[in-house]
Amino acid sequence: MAGQIAGLALKNLGRKFGSFEAVKDLNLDIGQGEFVSLLGPSGCGKTTTLRMIAGFIDPTAGTIDLDGKTLSAPSGSIPPEKRGMSMIFQSYAIWPNMTVFENVAFGLKLRKVPSADIKCQVQAMLEVVRMGELADRYPSELSGGQQQRVALARAIVIKPAVLLLDEPLSNLDANLREEMRFEIRRMHDEFRITTVYVTHDQSEAMVTSDRIAVMNKGRIEQVDAPYMLYSRPKTRFVASFIGRTNFLDGTRSGDTASFSGFAVPVAALAEQTAAGGGAITISVRPQAIQLHRAKPAATGRVVLDGRITERAFLGETWDYVFATRDGSLSLKVAASPATVFEVGTEAWVELDPAQMVPIV
Amino acid sequence: MTAAADVVGTGNATAGSGRVSRLAMFQPVMLVWLVLAAILVFLIVAPMEELVVSSFEQEGTGAFTLDNYATAYSKPRYVQALWNTLKMGAAVVALALVFAVPLAWACARTDMPGRGLVRLALLGSFISPPYLSAIGWILLAGPNAGWINKAWTWLSGDPTRIVNVFTFEGLVFVMASNVFFLIYIFTYSAFEMVNSEMEDSANILGAGPMRTAMRVTFPLIMPSILGSAIITFLISIALYGVPALISIPARYPVIVIQLSEFFGNTPIQLEVAAAYSIPLLLITAALLGLQRLVLARRGYTSVTGKGAERRIVKLGAWRWVVFAYAMIVAAITLVMPMVVLFAAAFSKIWTSGLTWANFTFGNFYHIIFEHSTAQKAITTSLGVGAAAASVAIVLALGIAYIVQRRVLPFGGALAFLCMAPFVVPGIVLAIGFFAAYAPPPLALYGGFTILILAFITRFLPVAYTASAAGIKAIHPEMEEAVRSLGGGRLTAIRYVVGPLLKRTLFGGWLLIFIPAAQELSTAIFLVGPKTRLVSVLVLDMSEEGRYEHLAALGCILLVILSLVVWAGFKIAGRDFMLKRDAA
Repeated sequence: MAGQIAGLALKNLGRKFGSFEAVKDLNLDIGQGEFVSLLGPSGCGKTTTLRMIAGFIDPTAGTIDLDGKTLSAPSGSIPPEKRGMSMIFQSYAIWPNMTVFENVAFGLKLRKVPSADIKCQVQAMLEVVRMGELADRYPSELSGGQQQRVALARAIVIKPAVLLLDEPLSNLDANLREEMRFEIRRMHDEFRITTVYVTHDQSEAMVTSDRIAVMNKGRIEQVDAPYMLYSRPKTRFVASFIGRTNFLDGTRSGDTASFSGFAVPVAALAEQTAAGGGAITISVRPQAIQLHRAKPAATGRVVLDGRITERAFLGETWDYVFATRDGSLSLKVAASPATVFEVGTEAWVELDPAQMVPIV
Repeated sequence: MTAAADVVGTGNATAGSGRVSRLAMFQPVMLVWLVLAAILVFLIVAPMEELVVSSFEQEGTGAFTLDNYATAYSKPRYVQALWNTLKMGAAVVALALVFAVPLAWACARTDMPGRGLVRLALLGSFISPPYLSAIGWILLAGPNAGWINKAWTWLSGDPTRIVNVFTFEGLVFVMASNVFFLIYIFTYSAFEMVNSEMEDSANILGAGPMRTAMRVTFPLIMPSILGSAIITFLISIALYGVPALISIPARYPVIVIQLSEFFGNTPIQLEVAAAYSIPLLLITAALLGLQRLVLARRGYTSVTGKGAERRIVKLGAWRWVVFAYAMIVAAITLVMPMVVLFAAAFSKIWTSGLTWANFTFGNFYHIIFEHSTAQKAITTSLGVGAAAASVAIVLALGIAYIVQRRVLPFGGALAFLCMAPFVVPGIVLAIGFFAAYAPPPLALYGGFTILILAFITRFLPVAYTASAAGIKAIHPEMEEAVRSLGGGRLTAIRYVVGPLLKRTLFGGWLLIFIPAAQELSTAIFLVGPKTRLVSVLVLDMSEEGRYEHLAALGCILLVILSLVVWAGFKIAGRDFMLKRDAA
């Protein structure tokens, strides 16, 4: 999907601050019109990467190309104002000395658009973000969510080649954050601007993105569509960062992978790993495990018996901890609110080998 | 998407080669750095270098010599002045602490009534220059005609003089009433920043209110008190106006007076004065270093943190006792001398008291319409103050922007130079400027330029502190947003940073203008016959004993400055003064 020419290409990108390597040998192609998130914990290098794309930071290794032209290289970079991008900041960075209209019109003025056109385009854009009525307000008279909409309008009205968003929702309260996620996706569906979105919130990334690049310690661990990231994590970090999971360590010999208390054919696992013996680790989501009161009829599934040792009710689900009879294996299990087990009760769990993902 | 493609097209990117054209990257910023550095060298480094160099030069020939130091410390009287100064400074600090700390505590942490009045009195202290308050106290407590002595005789029939301002105690008292507000401001903000939860934790562990105050609250604010005490010490040993009016009649020589004697001789003993001022410079630098150490030693983050919730101490009936103390301090440090000054300004003869027969507008008429030197002095003081404030704040904002945004490498060096005049007492700065720019080729002595330049240098640290705080308050993303939309740095400064800094600009300007329009120490050696300032004229008039005219001139200055401050409050908001102590 990502062509060599159209779109944004980060090649062997690296950035050092002193001896600290914030970003290491990062490769990522983002296609024209694609929405990609950089997701990771704080300090993983995602914001540094975004600011390199924007041109605020120069890379110390590698290049950033847009539509085949080099924007950034260690030898020097095109300044941000000449990149034809726009950026939305964590602090919104709405200029308090200008009205909503003036904020949104600013980029068009810099592009010397005739003022009649500016008026028309700005008004249309403010309608899109549902701020048409508030064009003459000053930012101090707006709520956080409204300011965020102005920031969105201001960034999109210039039809940028690339739209960059730096944790734009982290200062909003929970309800508004949820609403704005969909708003951002809706804007993308409408304008199809190539977008890079930085966040540490996995659900934000999942709602908005075509693909998510999960970053850790300056590297990309995995780039995939949200569903694939969840159901087919490639590394231990991705599996634990996206949602919750159980890691089971076992050994592999021939066609069989053996774990504490059960064994499955390697061919039945979700992903095929390279042949050979040795250690193997799989990830099983708590949602992929079914809880039963009696031994279920097993057809190609793994069935284990034991008891519930801990539980917590979270509203939408029950979180149980299940331990096998001999105590050698302990699993987190999610169940629907109606599935009530007391702590200490005997229970059976059923695992589908097709939802066991071998990870690195 | 075409607009975007155009913009990228102008970016001089070379297709796919992995290199970016030099032209797209060029920013002529090093030139700006060199220009700024040259300005700062002219304002700060050159005068200071000249001061030190000339202290080792033989008069006339310029040959190297140590004779200046020998002369400066040859007479016991000269050495005595040095010791006297230190003794006076210590006494002033002690008395200022007695004035300021209880007031700061009462205003920050208790339900004392009239806290607004205290704030007002402090503002008054900021506006009224020390030399006018000293005049007020001469009128109040002069040994013969002073109001207090006359009132005592009238009331008791006893002809003994009960007070005399022309003594060591009088000198210390007048000094302390003029410098204590600095300690107040520092201590007050420290009290405000102490989190009540820290005191609560001590309480809940079993400490009573007294123990909590002694073991928790005061240790937390101690660095602020010590730091401000050091600064107050430095300000008082460098202050010229009060000693000039009081210490000479009190026969208590101090450094600044001795310096002016070297300068007053003909021919001017510039080299000796320079040598004599070096210890003052060294003491200042050493003590400021110590202050840094005191403030930095322990990580009292709670003192610098955001104002946390504070519980107010309910004083009960004691609140009136504390209130009375506050009002007495305000009365003796500000209200009494100012009232006397205004009364004298409206009197035919100030010693005749407040009677209708003694009332006149004549003094004001004389100053405004007849006394051409006074008229000129008022415009000169305001003009020089305004010019210095304008240049200093613009220069400081430029440098603060460059430093804060890391536009240029070695910005720290520029910031250091901006703050450096802080260690130079005004009178020493004046000697440096005289040494550097009075002789040819510049020969600036006697003109307005040398005054303005010296004042710029004097107030550059204040300007820089206010500017740096203002720029720090503007989120860098505000500018990055401009740049990401296609505007350069200059566009960002013009449309965003500039408009947002208006308040800082104006508030900082006021913070410099007010003291600059009253400045005496820096001016005393630099004024010429055509560039008299109000401050210098006040001193001259007091020597001639024309207290009624002097009082009228002082009142005019006070009224003008008060109006400027009032306008400042209207425009810049009430808090512009608080940034003063951010250094």
